[in-house]
Amino acid sequence: MLDLAEAFRAALRQIAILDPQLIEIIALSLRVTLTAVAIATVIGFAVGGILAVYRFPGRGALAATLSALMGLPPVVAGLFIYLLLSNAGPLGVLQLLYTPQAMIIVQVILVIPIVAALTRQTCADLLEEYREQLHSLGASSAQIVTTLLWDGRYRLITAVLAGFGRAIAEVGAVMIVGGNIDHVTRTMTTAIALETSKGNIALALALGMILLAIALAINMALMGITRLASHFAYA
Amino acid sequence: MAGAFGRRDVLRLAPAAFALLALATPVSQAANDFIILQSTTSTQNSGLFEHILPLFTKKTGIEVRVVAVGTGQALKNAEKGDGDVVLVHSEPDEEKFVADGWGVKRYPVMYNDFIIVGPAADPAKIAGIKQAPEALKKIAEAQAPFASRADDSGTHKAELELWQQAAVNPKASSGSWYLETGSGMGATLNTAAGKQAYALTDRGTWLAFANKDDFKVLVEGDAKLFNQYGVILVNPAKHPNVKAKEGQAFIDWLTGPEGQAAIASYKIDGQQLFFPNARPQS
Amino acid sequence: MLDHPRSLAEARPLSSGTLLPVELHGLSLEAGGRRLIDGVDLAVEDPGISVIMGPNGAGKSLLLRLMHGLIAPTEGTILWAGTPMNGQIRRRQAMVFQKPVLLRRTAVANIAYALGLRGVARSERGSRAFQALELAGLERHACTPARILSGGEQQRLCLARALSLDPEVLFLDEPTASLDPASSLAIERLLVNAKHRGIKVIVVTHDVGQARRLAQDVIFLHHGRLIEHQPAPRFFEQPESDAACAFMAGGLVL
Repeated sequence: MLDLAEAFRAALRQIAILDPQLIEIIALSLRVTLTAVAIATVIGFAVGGILAVYRFPGRGALAATLSALMGLPPVVAGLFIYLLLSNAGPLGVLQLLYTPQAMIIVQVILVIPIVAALTRQTCADLLEEYREQLHSLGASSAQIVTTLLWDGRYRLITAVLAGFGRAIAEVGAVMIVGGNIDHVTRTMTTAIALETSKGNIALALALGMILLAIALAINMALMGITRLASHFAYA
Repeated sequence: MAGAFGRRDVLRLAPAAFALLALATPVSQAANDFIILQSTTSTQNSGLFEHILPLFTKKTGIEVRVVAVGTGQALKNAEKGDGDVVLVHSEPDEEKFVADGWGVKRYPVMYNDFIIVGPAADPAKIAGIKQAPEALKKIAEAQAPFASRADDSGTHKAELELWQQAAVNPKASSGSWYLETGSGMGATLNTAAGKQAYALTDRGTWLAFANKDDFKVLVEGDAKLFNQYGVILVNPAKHPNVKAKEGQAFIDWLTGPEGQAAIASYKIDGQQLFFPNARPQS
Repeated sequence: MLDHPRSLAEARPLSSGTLLPVELHGLSLEAGGRRLIDGVDLAVEDPGISVIMGPNGAGKSLLLRLMHGLIAPTEGTILWAGTPMNGQIRRRQAMVFQKPVLLRRTAVANIAYALGLRGVARSERGSRAFQALELAGLERHACTPARILSGGEQQRLCLARALSLDPEVLFLDEPTASLDPASSLAIERLLVNAKHRGIKVIVVTHDVGQARRLAQDVIFLHHGRLIEHQPAPRFFEQPESDAACAFMAGGLVL
């Protein structure tokens, strides 16, 4: 019978003894997700900002596609990257399959739509307020994009957090392209899946709680910064 | 406003701090020799690999990275060249794999057996039946819930073979009492436990499984439940990226005296899970 | 408790107003099937403060935006010293809107930002921005986040930003509409100061008192049409049109 209290105790035990395997898994999860979020943020900010500011044919369709891709099932993204990176696939020569790099790539693909769509929304909202004044001041479209991105920097933290949440929590994509290999590509989520399949429910739950705690800590830190910013009317 | 480190300075430093955190997380790299072994979830879940692979790595310095999926998927992955060695348990598929040119040669490695497990209540009254197909027939007649892996794995293929011998087509009842989970052994056992359903499982996974509920081993010992494992080197002629030397070294070790002894020495609660039966090398 | 702007002598000297005269020929703006600006012919030649007045919905704000090049007309032309309106001409102008529009940065950073857009060297931006703040009496708030400032301070900041760009023409769209009297006075003083420095000021207002205080000439609009363009004393003494008379008398002009 499932015992949440036991799971909680198991979680504390794992943390208390600083189980090296646990540390390894946490480190890999953070490394993969933080790297992916960093890369996806740079790309997503640019795409979102450009979509909000520039006018070009197909703009609406692109914005709609981006929104739709937010719901891209991670396992589908995983399959797609797997076929690309497989030794039978076009990029097989890169030998990236079953490596953390492959996991980073697939998470970048999952995170970009979220960051881009939310960035686009933030910039579009800001543009409503700023458009005329920036036009009057003589800003070019490119300058408007960078101005809006900087101006909306604290709102954009939320976009980045949303992307982070999606990446740290997903298991399907990293399982397929990473292979859940012990000491190499085993993250918190794939470890949870593995322990569940071994029937170690309590341990799986414990790992889940630890994962949640980490995500919570990162969220609270960044939300705290945003709250601080609103004191200066920067948010 | 000069001087003291104020709240605004925190705002300015925050992005830099975050970036540092992202870059500073420890990097675990195993850049040395390794091979990729495509194998099955049942073998992994049993814990066998954790026991025997470190011995091989200690001897040869070659790391073995295990990708654990169903037998069908493992063979398909290997066909794509996404692995150096496969270790699965479905002889006809393994023979076909070699015959089609994807593998070099099939070596028998070890065997264990399948068992039928079920709730202590045993609604279909199959406990102690000697013939596995007969037990399945009784389950079908009683329409008692049965959880199948339904994932093209060695276990699944063995299960289908037994249904055939029982002259029952369970797929016709898929969704009612026949539950096709499409998952690995562990996930299927979780479903079985949750639904109080019977299941066919390999003994290794069952012994290592931690969510047994009140389930018991109800049917065992039938010769038809014999489960043979084979290991094959992926054909480097088809995929030049295959690490043939290291892969063959692994196969030689696994089928040689040291590997076979390692397999035999793996026990849970004093019970041996796998029985080495490689043919002696000439 | 009003901050006095710095005196004329310490303000920056300006280039001569080569953008005047501004001529509007047959200017019209149509949207949604309606003529919002209807065949306006207007010439403004003299420096000083021109005031645009009229009842709500007359098209005053639209006319301002057309003259500043923020909107393109449906028909007609706008000529600045004989040259049709273009981006280069717009860069020699500046505009202050009814609601202050400020970026999420400090006051001085807002001005420095605008200077940066104009291509001012980074090393110069800080000092020029600070000078502009001093002119508007806001130097105390240089490092304050701009959006925390009061409404009046924000609008003064917007005006300071506009002036820091050394514009030859300055447009203002009801700049003191939501401000307290003290802030309004500060703004008006800055406009007079700008006029003395040779900047052409064109301001939309519905505050008749303000118009009386500032205007050199009055442009009166109604239903998108130019009804009158008179020197201020003549307009305030005796407007020629019925609409203007009714407006000045304080009635609702339909």
